[in-house]
Amino acid sequence: MRNPRLWLPLLVFVALAAAPFLGLGQGHSLTLLARGMIFGLAAVSLMLLVGGAGLVSLGHAAMMGMGAYAVVVLDHAGLTEAWMVFPAGILAAALFALLTGAIAIRTSGVHFIMITLAFGQMAFFTTSSLAVYGGDDGYTLFSRTEVFGARWLENRLVFHFVCLGALVACWALVQTLLESRFGRVLRASRENETRARALGFNPTPYRLLAYVIAGAMGGLAGVLLANATEFVAPAYLAWQRSGDLLFMVILGGLAGPHGALVGALAFVLVEEWLSHAMEHWRLVFGPLLILCVFFLRGGIVGLLRRG
Amino acid sequence: MAETLLALHGLRKSFGGLLVTDDVTLDVRQGEIHALIGPNGAGKTTLIHQVSGTLAPDAGRIRFLGEDITTLSMPARARRGLARSFQITSVVPSFSALENAALAVQARRGSSLRFFRAASREAALNAEAMDALAEVGLDARAATPAAALSHGERRQLEIAIALAMQPRALLLDEPLAGTGPEEAERLIRLLSGLRARYAVLLVEHDMQAVFALADRISVLAQGRVIATGTPDQIRADAAVREAYLGEDEAA
Repeated sequence: MRNPRLWLPLLVFVALAAAPFLGLGQGHSLTLLARGMIFGLAAVSLMLLVGGAGLVSLGHAAMMGMGAYAVVVLDHAGLTEAWMVFPAGILAAALFALLTGAIAIRTSGVHFIMITLAFGQMAFFTTSSLAVYGGDDGYTLFSRTEVFGARWLENRLVFHFVCLGALVACWALVQTLLESRFGRVLRASRENETRARALGFNPTPYRLLAYVIAGAMGGLAGVLLANATEFVAPAYLAWQRSGDLLFMVILGGLAGPHGALVGALAFVLVEEWLSHAMEHWRLVFGPLLILCVFFLRGGIVGLLRRG
Repeated sequence: MAETLLALHGLRKSFGGLLVTDDVTLDVRQGEIHALIGPNGAGKTTLIHQVSGTLAPDAGRIRFLGEDITTLSMPARARRGLARSFQITSVVPSFSALENAALAVQARRGSSLRFFRAASREAALNAEAMDALAEVGLDARAATPAAALSHGERRQLEIAIALAMQPRALLLDEPLAGTGPEEAERLIRLLSGLRARYAVLLVEHDMQAVFALADRISVLAQGRVIATGTPDQIRADAAVREAYLGEDEAA
């Protein structure tokens, strides 16, 4: 293989594809893996912003929320067809990203973090006040999204591979974008904005486009998450969720989009395991995350490469 | 007389009560190196910032290639062919030397809104980038990350990046800063070879280099241009001696 950095992500994808056939066929494990892959997808899209464009967004959960609430709105109207639901969720998130990004991109550093947080909380409180969609209590879907009337996604195995397919596609997209001319301008502007400007690049439109693409992928993750749980609540958009996503990206390592993927899987699996192992698991989980930040400078991926 | 590419007219800039650029008028012609010298605090860097577009002047006009660019942003000026190098080396540290130069080629060749092809494998970009590196003698280090280059090599890379832009005019802000005597000599030879193709505005502290390179010199003191002329005229100028040596010694 030409690029040795592709080995690790491919290994993860093969493992995920083989998982249902390796004794992980019981319902709960597959649901958990699907959840891991959905957050992996969201984390990979956030990686385009953090690792690629240098935009540390603390509002990425809102993108997932837009996708999830698009499912809710259509479900409420009795529309559950995949060809409507998926594009609607992706477009809703992309539009939200375009409108909020157009303002947020004009700031940088801490200000960008704060303004994305503010937009995220706006979306959170807006969904909380939508009484018709359950308000604070959330909304239970009538059914999972259908494919031309067929309820394929109800099948855990099918859903597992739908999530895996979406994850692989988004990972490949982010990987390709980062190496393209577009990604090169993003990366150069992140490392040395003055140099990029002196060459004739105005970073703003490139960053905004990255923000919209990442938002669209976040929307896709939201549609999948709504289907995984068959339930959508404002908590999906809460800033803690954005923090989790950011943490997954950093935990995995910023060397490439597969870092975010590994970080998300590790996060979801450890969270699940700890929450079953003890009652006050957050007392352990929190310090564990802090230790990771201190001792895993290159993230999990950095550790694997050294080892 | 050669064509005037870059002309500053009546530039004025103050920070608070301090007048840093005071009615500066000068021009840079095709095929010449016009050096800007002056004691510390004379306002050289502030002036370069106004020409490159990182600072807006309070008054006055800047014309480039016959067009008024006073209100244009730095990226817009760069796209019109105004390249600048920085006093403190400004490259993309994690990019290789080649990729740094290729980014400059990319800025003027086709759209950068291309999403699916690996930029590092675009032969056309790399070939032109390699030419620019070869011109400054850095081709053997093309694959080295900029962060791993020596200080002198990074100064060379900075010039290669400017050349890869294929600009009409070069603004060089102390290109010799921090280089050893050998590196400086190589850079001086390099800069001298550039004169024929560009209009160069050179800010430099190394007086030996300035007098060796410049076709014309403008002397800045307290924000004002106190003299403009050939190196010989500047050497003989009483006001310049005063500005540099202080009144006591001049008297």
